[in-house]
Amino acid sequence: MAPHLRKQLVVVGHGMVGHRFVQAAIERGLTETYDIIVLGEEPRPAYDRVALTSFFEVGAEALSYLPEGVYDDPRVSLHLESEVVAMDATAQTVTLANGKAFAYDELVLATGAAPFVPPVPGKDLGNVFVYRTIEDLEAIREASRTAKAGAVIGGGLLGLEAANALHQLGVKTHVVEMAPRLMAVQIDEAGGATLKRHVEDLGLSIHTGVMTELIDGDADGNVSGIKFKDEDTLPLDIVIFSAGIRPRDLIAREAGLDIAERGGVLVNEDCRTSDEHVWAIGECAAPGGRMYGLVAPGYSMAEVVVDQLLGGEGQFLGADMSTKLKLLGVDVASFGDAFATTEDALELVFADAVAGIYKKLVVAENATGGYELLGGILVGDASAYGSLRPMVGSGMELPANPEELILPAGRGGGVELGLPDEAQICSCNNVTKAEIKAAVSDDATLNDGGPCSDAGCVTKCTKAGSTCGSCKVVVKKIVEDHFAASGKVVDKSLCEHFAMTRQELFDVVAVHGYNRFDDIIEGHGKGRGCDICKPAVASVLASLLNHHVLDGANATLQDTNDAYLANLQKNGTYSVVPRIPGGEITPDKLIVIGQVAKEFGLYTKITGGQRIDLFGARMEDLPAIWKQLVDAGMESGHAYGKSLRTVKSCVGSTWCRYGVQDSVGMAIELELRYRGLRSPHKLKGGVSGCARECAEARSKDFGIIATEKGWNLYVCGNGGAIPSHAQLLAGDLDNETLIKYLDRFLMYYIRTADRLQRTSYWMDAIGGLDRIREVVVDDALGLGAELEAAMDTHVDSYFDEWKATIEDPEKLARFVSFVNAPGTPDPNITFREERGQIQAELNDGPVSLGSTIPVGAP
Amino acid sequence: MTSLERTSIETVVCRLDQIRKESGVTALVAGEAVAVFRTYDDQVYALSNFDPFGKASVLSRGIVGTKTVVVDGVDGRVEEQVPFVASPLLKQPFDLRTGICLDNAEVSVPTYDVRVIDGVVAVGAQRGTIAT
Ligand code: SRM
Ligand SMILES: Cc1cc2nc3c(=O)[nH]c(=O)nc-3n(C[C@H](O)[C@H](O)[C@H](O)COP(=O)(O)OP(=O)(O)OC[C@H]3O[C@@H](n4cnc5c(N)ncnc54)[C@H](O)[C@@H]3O)c2cc1C
Ligand code: SF4
Ligand code: FES
Repeated sequence: MAPHLRKQLVVVGHGMVGHRFVQAAIERGLTETYDIIVLGEEPRPAYDRVALTSFFEVGAEALSYLPEGVYDDPRVSLHLESEVVAMDATAQTVTLANGKAFAYDELVLATGAAPFVPPVPGKDLGNVFVYRTIEDLEAIREASRTAKAGAVIGGGLLGLEAANALHQLGVKTHVVEMAPRLMAVQIDEAGGATLKRHVEDLGLSIHTGVMTELIDGDADGNVSGIKFKDEDTLPLDIVIFSAGIRPRDLIAREAGLDIAERGGVLVNEDCRTSDEHVWAIGECAAPGGRMYGLVAPGYSMAEVVVDQLLGGEGQFLGADMSTKLKLLGVDVASFGDAFATTEDALELVFADAVAGIYKKLVVAENATGGYELLGGILVGDASAYGSLRPMVGSGMELPANPEELILPAGRGGGVELGLPDEAQICSCNNVTKAEIKAAVSDDATLNDGGPCSDAGCVTKCTKAGSTCGSCKVVVKKIVEDHFAASGKVVDKSLCEHFAMTRQELFDVVAVHGYNRFDDIIEGHGKGRGCDICKPAVASVLASLLNHHVLDGANATLQDTNDAYLANLQKNGTYSVVPRIPGGEITPDKLIVIGQVAKEFGLYTKITGGQRIDLFGARMEDLPAIWKQLVDAGMESGHAYGKSLRTVKSCVGSTWCRYGVQDSVGMAIELELRYRGLRSPHKLKGGVSGCARECAEARSKDFGIIATEKGWNLYVCGNGGAIPSHAQLLAGDLDNETLIKYLDRFLMYYIRTADRLQRTSYWMDAIGGLDRIREVVVDDALGLGAELEAAMDTHVDSYFDEWKATIEDPEKLARFVSFVNAPGTPDPNITFREERGQIQAELNDGPVSLGSTIPVGAP
Repeated sequence: MTSLERTSIETVVCRLDQIRKESGVTALVAGEAVAVFRTYDDQVYALSNFDPFGKASVLSRGIVGTKTVVVDGVDGRVEEQVPFVASPLLKQPFDLRTGICLDNAEVSVPTYDVRVIDGVVAVGAQRGTIAT
């Protein structure tokens, strides 16, 4: 095909919506006929602006939608730092600031919006910011290092988010709102009052109904305070404007395109502007004269334009403006007709001033005399949002007493409701209940040609729940209901011997004070146990009693690795891993490890966990190997146990020029504190000396990353088959608080997790990060002291299992090749050599030593 | 078809109290590694120590317990508590009485005659194996 037959499409703006447009264009085949040129003004490719605030925790990389900066499709080219300053609709060209021009056949404007800065005197002073880009946040963080107090002007959704961020950065924060209440657009007066009380409890100062008269500056040209009308000046070092947004419609305006009355490029239902070849999507567009300040409508517009360019008939007919957010730990949601503007609408209100909860439902009578839900507002407890929002517009009739929907669970609330199949469950990605059910039905093909196996899989395959996450609970419920209805009961029994979960087993053992398997299975199980329940009981007993795992009858409960305090290898030999806390080791110890390996003919390898593994040890040699290691001051590394493995560290401030804290010291302290701690699954930790994260701490069950002010604590990450990043539990902790939280976190996990349930899965099962934060940080269950005490007991009673074993003849008796020929090595163990070391060799059948005593004829 | 291989001599391997209840030891019997197990009710069983799945000499180090198996009995289908050992390598369960793998009846390990005389465990000949 001649090149000139391909048409050229230019996208102005590489933000959330511009990016979605390109993605959809590639997916739906628009690039078969168009070359796409994307011109973006920012220095980096599109990123998740909705999650902007988490930049402080996760960094820019994690937010990026296109970390590599190029699309897989070679027909799309992306130009960054390329601000379009003019467009010419007649010549069909756009021009950059440097004069470079691009011709287009079709032009898509996705320039977003800019924060509105009211013309207050002093708005151009230093340390006056807006809150829109990563660069804005970088500048705010920099300024906050020396700032004591700051103000956010604007008490809307974004203003509160900015205030939250400022507060988290350790700056005393004021919120200044002209309207008489917070979030005036989304919630009503009573809801606003409840929200205000919550926010003030957190230590922020709220000033509503006030006008900012001017911003004062100091001699250096930086902010020094703000003055309200009729009031004294409030001394401040930072001001952030968050007083609304304005569509970025300037180039369209100057090119003579129609502009909506209140700003925004006017488009019709096709998202086409007044020029046939120019389209506008996202926050810069005003379909039917109205602009939308949320991302979901922008995504719909992007899809509409791709569809139109492919000759389809997609149209944008308005959008759901529901919002749910967690502001400073307070749930706030508003959806549908929240202000009861529909004729004959009725309001049902539940308010609990003490608990700080305010809930309102807007309902209307339908033709058959029942009620339908129109909208609502939830403050303080928005747990019902996920199930209420999809009811709006679904035509579903509410139960006879609709107020039950918002009453707290204990008072008759929490009714389960069957939503109709057409109900939109995920508003961010427009996924209906029917689509979720289809993804798990037997004939589904989304998941590699088969049905999805669980809610996480559905999120991956349908995108439902992948953006703001507020629909996740409902997605999970729909999936579980579906499985339950199709007879697939998820059996939570440990195994055939115990009809209970590990958590229940833990409670049973703790409450009865059992210390023998026999008593436990007699009282609460049946049969004599198996390879699943025995190690589980052993682990529970070890967590509770912290005795030697090979004591008495308990030795026979242990999984093979624990039974010999080493890792079984494929040819029946073992590997031995001494603890190397934090990865720090002296040359002397390295030499001893080398000597042991040589003497016993072992293969040596550096493990993925920053220590040294000695492979190929015969069982009967283990005690002698340990003796030498123990004598040289080493101890068991528990590579075999469902217990703490390593706390990986980077070199940190001891050597690294970037390090801000002593990560090695902290890793060693933690590894020594939690060593030997038996747990439902293995536990790994990591400590990095700065945000560069060389210790990969966020891929660990607990990860600690140094900050200027202390440590950020991340929990519930793992590598392995399904990696997940650890999430921020608490920030800027001092050493003492860090250890306190970790003690609580680990003990809480040990007590409540299922068998072989790693922390990330456990987190999902117990109600997410928020639940963990409630228990660990807020101490909502009042368990903190008990969990800490349990950990102290563990720390105080720690001893080295290897040392204790080599000192105990009874335990040593098991370490023989043959009971009746202890000196004879097992002939079944054979090795070959590779790269100068031994490798395990397997034999097809048993290897005989040849009869040593006369036997009868074969 | 049944092929019989018999040795006529018993090897005394250890005292019963050297084997903990619900565990095993390895004994050297006529040059072969044999796993000798003791169950909770003091029954003693002997199996080849070689795990046919993992191809290593390890079975005596597995966890011993019981598994419920449904069998066709005289009175119809009944549940039976089968004493078994789980291979320490990949956890396949073997019936201690017959050596047959409970997950895959096609695979079995050879069993040995074994008895306890005056508190002493003696392993006899490898039992006839079902040739397949
Ligand atoms: C030796 C080592 C590989 C190496 O040569 O580097 C290793 C070896 C084994 N790993 Fe690993 N893992 C080793 C580091 C890792 C790492 C890296 C790390 O720790 O930073 C990971 C990813 C991080 C993580 O755990 O999240 C890792 C993720 C796994 C997993 C997947 C866990 C998951 O949650 O998905 C398994 C399977 C399991 O535990 O169920 C596993 C299981 C195993 C087992 C136990 C498999 C088995 O049953 O035989 C191996 C036994 C160890 C042995 O025989 O000594 N190993 N394994 C590493 C020992 C580290 C140490 O010093 O203790
Ligand atoms: C802190 C914060 C929190 C938010 N939270 C939510 C939320 O919870 N839910 C929600 O739905 N929405 C939320 N939003 C709004 C959401 O981010 C926007 O709706 C969304 O980003 C709009 O996408 P867009 O592509 O239209 O605009 P943008 O993402 O702003 O992208 C526009 C891009 O175009 C570039 N550009 C502009 N002019 C030009 C030019 N002339 N030449 C070249 N490039 C240009 C800009 O630099 C920008 O990169 C939030 C916004 C912020 C700032
Ligand atoms: S994480 Fe930071 S302190 Fe640690 S080694 Fe890497 S750059 Fe240095
Ligand atoms: S509603 Fe936001 S992810 Fe589903």
